[in-house]
Amino acid sequence: MKMTKIVRTTADLFFPFCLVFGLYVVIHGHLTPGGGFQGGAVMATGTALLLVARAYDDITGRIRKTALKICEATGLMMFLLAGLSGIFKGLPFMANWMAATGKLFGSPVAFGPNPGDLNTAGLLPLLNVGVGIEVLGGLTIILLYMLSGIKDPEKKP
Amino acid sequence: MISKLLLAMPFFTVVVLALLGLAAMLFKRNLVKILMGLSLMESAVNLFLVATGYRQGGVAPIFSNVPDGQMVLPTVQALTLTSIVIGVATSAMMLSFAMVLYKKYGTVDSREIRKLKG
Amino acid sequence: MRLALYSAILLVLFGGLMYIAADLPFGKPAVTDMDDYFIRHGQEQTGANNIVTSIVFDFRGFDTLGEATVLFTAVLGVGMMFRKLNAGEEYEND
Repeated sequence: MKMTKIVRTTADLFFPFCLVFGLYVVIHGHLTPGGGFQGGAVMATGTALLLVARAYDDITGRIRKTALKICEATGLMMFLLAGLSGIFKGLPFMANWMAATGKLFGSPVAFGPNPGDLNTAGLLPLLNVGVGIEVLGGLTIILLYMLSGIKDPEKKP
Repeated sequence: MISKLLLAMPFFTVVVLALLGLAAMLFKRNLVKILMGLSLMESAVNLFLVATGYRQGGVAPIFSNVPDGQMVLPTVQALTLTSIVIGVATSAMMLSFAMVLYKKYGTVDSREIRKLKG
Repeated sequence: MRLALYSAILLVLFGGLMYIAADLPFGKPAVTDMDDYFIRHGQEQTGANNIVTSIVFDFRGFDTLGEATVLFTAVLGVGMMFRKLNAGEEYEND
């Protein structure tokens, strides 16, 4: 059952800002409160806003289940491959080999308060992005499956 | 003595929330209300975990622009994060069970579902 | 009868748990050795300013792998519940 035109337009306008804020919380997980799970939940809230403002038949054209399943599987595979990348260097599984070296994500951090640097924490931003994408895909797929199980009372079977 | 009792107020809240959730699970017949009771109990356990790791006058354990003071314990906050996500997963599965049960039996009353056979 | 029994159990639990909760120390945790180590060495060993994230993803990263798998399994279970049936009748376990 769909809402009025004002609600649909506002939801369309607000959805990109939700995604951008969720990505900000995910990427800055090693500097500010947040991380993978929290940012993924914020992004799934943006998608849930679109689902609430529209009828189910309109939204299955725009948010497809296949794209979200690929999203979720890609997130978990990114987590696993980032963890396995330490084994090819002779270190244990999920060892933080990029932490203080100086190349990608490797600036050293001294002890004590400092304004944060985005280039710092080694393997942690990659793991955060993987988990964030997985939580976005997973929560939206749960919502879509639950919506598909409801029989619409206005439609005749 | 009164100030010592008032200082332990978060733990009293934990006990009240947990017993309210348990009472909702025992005394209600509607399936959705039983699931709400389970969600209340999970909230109580998360609050207990976070309240365990508090230090008097502490700040958050994040070093970006931190004010002065001791930091609270960070390990219990990591455990609470895991517990919240597992609560979400459990609630999603149980709610989908309730929807399929309603489709099959036509009612969400737990005593009626227990009675009907096929 | 059932009502009286459950109410009695709940009241006994309430009294007992309140008595225990009044003795718990709030604000002065008893043993803090592990957390002091994490706070002192978290920045130089992981390079992250956020100690909670460094515990969740680096010091205890294996638990986070298990948790991501639990979320994946929950999505799998919900997807199995709402599948479209092929050509048979209602549910095949009838």
